Amino acid sequence: MPTKVIMTEEDIKRTLARIAHELIERNEFIEDLILVGVHTRGVPLAKRLAANIESFGGVKIPVGTLDISLYRDDLSSLELKPLVKLTDIPATIDGKSIVLVDDVLYTGRSTRAAMDALTDLGRPRLIQLAVLVDRGHRELPIRADYVGKNIPSSKHEEIKVKLKETDGVDEVAIIPTPVAKEGR
Amino acid sequence: MRTTQVKPKVPETTPVWRHHHILDIDDFTGEEVELVFHTTKAMKEILSRPIKRVPTLRGKTIVTLFYEPSTRTRLSFELAAKNLSADVVNLNASVSSVAKGESLVDTLGTLQALGADIVVMRHPHSGAPYIATRYIEASIVNAGDGWHAHPTQALLDLYTLYEHKQNLKGLKAVIIGDIMHSRVARSNIWGLTTMGIEVTLCCPPTLLPIGLGEEQLPPVNIEPNIELALEGADMVMTLRLQLERQRSGLLPSIREYINLYQLTEARLAKAKPDALVFHPGPINEGVEISPAVAHGPQSVINEQVANGVAVRMALLYLLTGSQK
Repeated sequence: MPTKVIMTEEDIKRTLARIAHELIERNEFIEDLILVGVHTRGVPLAKRLAANIESFGGVKIPVGTLDISLYRDDLSSLELKPLVKLTDIPATIDGKSIVLVDDVLYTGRSTRAAMDALTDLGRPRLIQLAVLVDRGHRELPIRADYVGKNIPSSKHEEIKVKLKETDGVDEVAIIPTPVAKEGR
Repeated sequence: MRTTQVKPKVPETTPVWRHHHILDIDDFTGEEVELVFHTTKAMKEILSRPIKRVPTLRGKTIVTLFYEPSTRTRLSFELAAKNLSADVVNLNASVSSVAKGESLVDTLGTLQALGADIVVMRHPHSGAPYIATRYIEASIVNAGDGWHAHPTQALLDLYTLYEHKQNLKGLKAVIIGDIMHSRVARSNIWGLTTMGIEVTLCCPPTLLPIGLGEEQLPPVNIEPNIELALEGADMVMTLRLQLERQRSGLLPSIREYINLYQLTEARLAKAKPDALVFHPGPINEGVEISPAVAHGPQSVINEQVANGVAVRMALLYLLTGSQK
């Protein structure tokens, strides 16, 4: 089965515009919102969402970055350590509404790690989750509040999100893999 | 439809890392040192939090095995391990079975049986950590062996320099003092030259190590005159002068050493105006360095200690799960 593009640059743009509208609609106190991008590709997504919210709602939302490598549950079994990136949240998260932003929601383990990492930094009023792609196969009781696109996938496939900021191009593709890869 | 093939701009894993032990930095590449810098930066963010603890090494056992006295190195490793949620066991040779005559190999056998994952080791004999790697599965981290090496000190020195200068290539470093007996100097010479820094050694000829200038060693300049050595320097490192060196006949007198080699404000003025002053500690104030310089605006001695914890956290993180 060949590689298939399931979201183009235009699709991604429209989807992020929609999620930004949903964020404005569903958060009464938008000024209490902080968008937190999960490294690597959640970071540019969070920045784009914040830019959209600013142009649609006229509110500037702080954007933070979160690295979850130190919170992963599979560090000992990995041959290559993940590169630890900088966690940088511009304001205190105590009492704030945090929206975690990630590219793909799969097993839910990254989100679990991200929530642990966040709660080590303070006590937010609530945590929501926004993802560009939900591909199913959850291993933990976690769901997303804002979903760009539901893509039912097989464990033998890889969902590859590419963004201009990190990969030079905006695209979501589905790639068949010969062996089932354990997801994150 | 085919996807566009673009190489990711941001690497997601640490493919350059290939160490199961950290014995010296003579086998570190520039890329590996940069990976340590990168990881240390993230660890410093954790140290800036109100709760300085992440669960990364939960369930791992780290043993500090010290056959020599130490304050900052042992403390720094212990804090680093605890900040990463590892279990830390401190074994002090003077109050353990070692004092009853147990050999290093037997002690390592015990640590192996008890399931140590990382052993941080200091030993008075050069090469002891290398022997240790043959008798235990755990990663060995050399926290100082004899006159030979002190790699984590060199990495924290490099990181402290990097924080101030960013671009290390082409900088000039001067190491002043008892270089012959200094493992800190030896590891720093490897580390500094690996990063493209020009190194000048400055000391009385009796305190110069033998074998300098041999082909397999990194090239260094030797300048026994401190004023000339300091000219244009970006980094000035003074080493502790062990007062017993005079008794062993390597120095005519401590007073003469002070006259000729103490880092004073007047001498430091020969270096670049933004030169940084390093000292691995403990300091003999008024011997190798004047109090005014040790506590002066150019001194980064306290930063070195603070960065020590972050660098060691980075190294412990990079070592966990590494394959033998």
